Amino acid sequence: MTNNRSWIPYLLILPSVAFLALLFLVPLLQTMWLAFSDNGLPSPANAQRMMADINFSRSIRNTFLLTLAVVPVQLAIALVMGTMVAKVGRGRETILWVWTIPLGISDLAAGLVWLSILQNSGYFNSLLLGLGILERQASWLSYQTPVALFFAIAVAEIWRGTAIVMVIIVAGLNQVPREFKEAAEIFGAGPWTRFWRITLPLIRPALQSALILRTVLAFEVFAVVYALGGRNFPVLVGEAYNWQNQNQNYGVAAAYAVLIMIISLAATLIYLKVIKVDPERLP
Amino acid sequence: MANIVIDRIRKSFGTFEALKEVSLTINDGEFVSLLGPSGCGKTTLLRIIAGLETSTSGDVLIGGKSVIGLPPKERGLAMVFQNYAVFPHMTVYENVAFGLRMQKADDARVKTQVEKAAGLLHIEQYLDRYPNKLSGGQRQRVAVARALAVEPKVLLMDEPLSNLDALLRLEMRTELKTVLQSAGTTTIYVTHDQTEAMGLSDRIAVMHNGMVEQVGTPVDVYNYPATRFVGGFIGNPPMNFIKVPVTNGQVTAGSEPLKAPKETGDEVILGLRGEAVQLAPLPLGLEMKVRVAEPMGSHLLLTGSIHDQPVRVILPSSETVRSGDVIGLKLDPNRITWLSPESGKSFPAATAR
Amino acid sequence: MSAQTTSKASPASFVSSSRWLLWSGIAALCAWVLVPIYLVALGALGGRQGVYQWPKTGLPTGISLDPFILFLKTEGVLQSFLNSLGAAGITVALSILLGAPAGYALARYNFHGKDSYRLLVLLTRAFPLAILALPLTVSFIRLGLYDTIIGVGLIHTVLALPFAALVTQGIFMGVPRELEEAAWVFGCTRVQAFFKIVAPLALPGIVATAVFAFVISWNEVFAASVLTVRNRTLTAYLLTVLSESPMHYRFAGGLMLILPSVIFIFAVRRYLFAIWGISSK
Repeated sequence: MTNNRSWIPYLLILPSVAFLALLFLVPLLQTMWLAFSDNGLPSPANAQRMMADINFSRSIRNTFLLTLAVVPVQLAIALVMGTMVAKVGRGRETILWVWTIPLGISDLAAGLVWLSILQNSGYFNSLLLGLGILERQASWLSYQTPVALFFAIAVAEIWRGTAIVMVIIVAGLNQVPREFKEAAEIFGAGPWTRFWRITLPLIRPALQSALILRTVLAFEVFAVVYALGGRNFPVLVGEAYNWQNQNQNYGVAAAYAVLIMIISLAATLIYLKVIKVDPERLP
Repeated sequence: MANIVIDRIRKSFGTFEALKEVSLTINDGEFVSLLGPSGCGKTTLLRIIAGLETSTSGDVLIGGKSVIGLPPKERGLAMVFQNYAVFPHMTVYENVAFGLRMQKADDARVKTQVEKAAGLLHIEQYLDRYPNKLSGGQRQRVAVARALAVEPKVLLMDEPLSNLDALLRLEMRTELKTVLQSAGTTTIYVTHDQTEAMGLSDRIAVMHNGMVEQVGTPVDVYNYPATRFVGGFIGNPPMNFIKVPVTNGQVTAGSEPLKAPKETGDEVILGLRGEAVQLAPLPLGLEMKVRVAEPMGSHLLLTGSIHDQPVRVILPSSETVRSGDVIGLKLDPNRITWLSPESGKSFPAATAR
Repeated sequence: MSAQTTSKASPASFVSSSRWLLWSGIAALCAWVLVPIYLVALGALGGRQGVYQWPKTGLPTGISLDPFILFLKTEGVLQSFLNSLGAAGITVALSILLGAPAGYALARYNFHGKDSYRLLVLLTRAFPLAILALPLTVSFIRLGLYDTIIGVGLIHTVLALPFAALVTQGIFMGVPRELEEAAWVFGCTRVQAFFKIVAPLALPGIVATAVFAFVISWNEVFAASVLTVRNRTLTAYLLTVLSESPMHYRFAGGLMLILPSVIFIFAVRRYLFAIWGISSK
């Protein structure tokens, strides 16, 4: 605002810049160096070792399948929630609070919650027994039932991660003036057309950031998987964790880290490209 | 109390020149309005005087002392902001007392000053309320009381009435005038509303494109605009501009010749106030084609053309003119402003005073 | 509502059935969120017998606080709980202390490099940040930060700081600049104006930001597990003892992780949407 005090903003951002440089940029470079070096020399050895591991291709496949299964469902539920709550007058605050509760729940806790439901003597089997579908306890979370395990993990992730998408979507919807939809209604657009032609285009920024955030988090999935299936369902971050803590091989762990970063960055770039946000077309 | 000298102030934002060498002197105890359309630089100038903005070059003197480089708090001024800027987390009392507290005034003085200011603005009964519970007009009063409580040498007001509805604006305008007349503080008042500027000011500085076009009393600025812009900006309807040929130093308006100023060339622009005309029979008067006649109750507003140039004139409501009529107008030679078609400036020599 | 229904001129039965559909949908989604939490609480309070009771009714029978208290008394639980609090406390303090000034600068000043700074902050979002704990293991061992709460707090601050900077930017933008200018004009220095005017008005929003920073740290599993061995946070502790703990201990752990966050989210519910509206821009 005033030119003669131009050093003030720099002074204010300096601490955070220094902090992020030390604990974000430096480790970022370190990770890359760790991944692509061996005994202090550049080498593809770690990457090769990572790719030769039997869990490598399974963990990539599992992570991608989970992301593909979870993110669209979360977005759909969040949009449904947002549309529903927009029609509610009284009680809106309470409903929104209930729906945001999972925002405060860690993936580990979510895994444990669903473990209590899906374990052999858990509520899910009890329900199926009560409905006459099952006669004795079935197991859903073992390595012999990979498909059931996949669905269990997906359900737990959807349960936990939808809240953040919903919050971003509702925040976006709140910023769309009611008049737009009313104008469309007066000109004869039905609810479906209004949603696709008016609402969705106007909440593009919210969609974009929700998808980026959620997808990056989905590639980081780890503790839910661990709580529900132990090591029966390898995912990328889980492998990185094992190489680091169990095998004490920091190089291969770093190679996994780099791979996850590349995938996350690629996903972000794709979203930025596909869901273009043109400020001129927003209110 | 203090006078203010603005000396060749320039301000540019990148390549955009917001102020182009503005100079202006405001006398001790005087009320001066900076009047102009949005983007003319009036708020920037006010903020430079306040110390909220730095100038690119030039000097500002308050009470003979240069204040360039001083922070706002060392300039001995108070300000009323457009959105009131009343602190929402303080009671009305604490808001009004804020400046005094910052000056470390003792409690007794704070109390007398707050009560005095609150009394002037009739907000005594709200003193222990929070501003969120007040209406826009009441908040505005708090903002003015806060400024007056410190008995500033200079009072700056930035469009203080623009957020009020029309009726309240009129009421507050009258009240501001009463209050400020008794306080006698040197005041600079920024507004885009000509009626506010006309009603309140001792003098008006009309600004346009980062320059002061004219400084003068409200009556002078209205009757003798220095430029085409000033004439067009001030007055409702705005001044009419009719380009006419000059022959032998004379201009023919109807059958009556008018003597043009010596400096004119082949053409001159007649600046004509809408109300400075009278109906006249046709061959004698200047011919006007009336497109629309609007009876306004207090007067009759006619829109049409003279010499194929658009004009608006005002006649007494007793006259009967209908849309589509062709009428004759007699001009008052003393109330004509002669303007150069090239520079858009008026010829001062010809302007009767 | 009745005014709307008549104005739409559609049969009342259709409108009421669509209302009914709406509310049952909302109720179903609320149940979808709440029932699993209720069930894990049953599991945590039902003890060993509860786990193997078959078939389960889903009714709160045979529950008491004893199994949960027993879990709390297990060696390492209380300590890891305190460690989690400590790490979250450090995260809150650092991310606000470092993030709020940056947010203020972003909100109030135009300066060269503003866009680059915003880019740096947004860039952190495209990275799985917890993964950065991997190379930090080595440097932290060297610096004596490995297996300490401070180390965990530092890496959690990397997660929370960009968020804090963006959100506080929005909060400071919500405090009108005119208020601050009025304070300057009426005799405040910049620092005085900040503490007298801006800080009190921004405080609720900053508290909400702090709560979010707390939740981010409290819930983080990966970095905490990688960077600690003995001084585990609660999440790291639960993760490592997971495979050898009995079921009801796991459920008790889950409940213990959930409770504080839920309370905090409740405390800041008014700010949730404002904050995410801001930070998703």
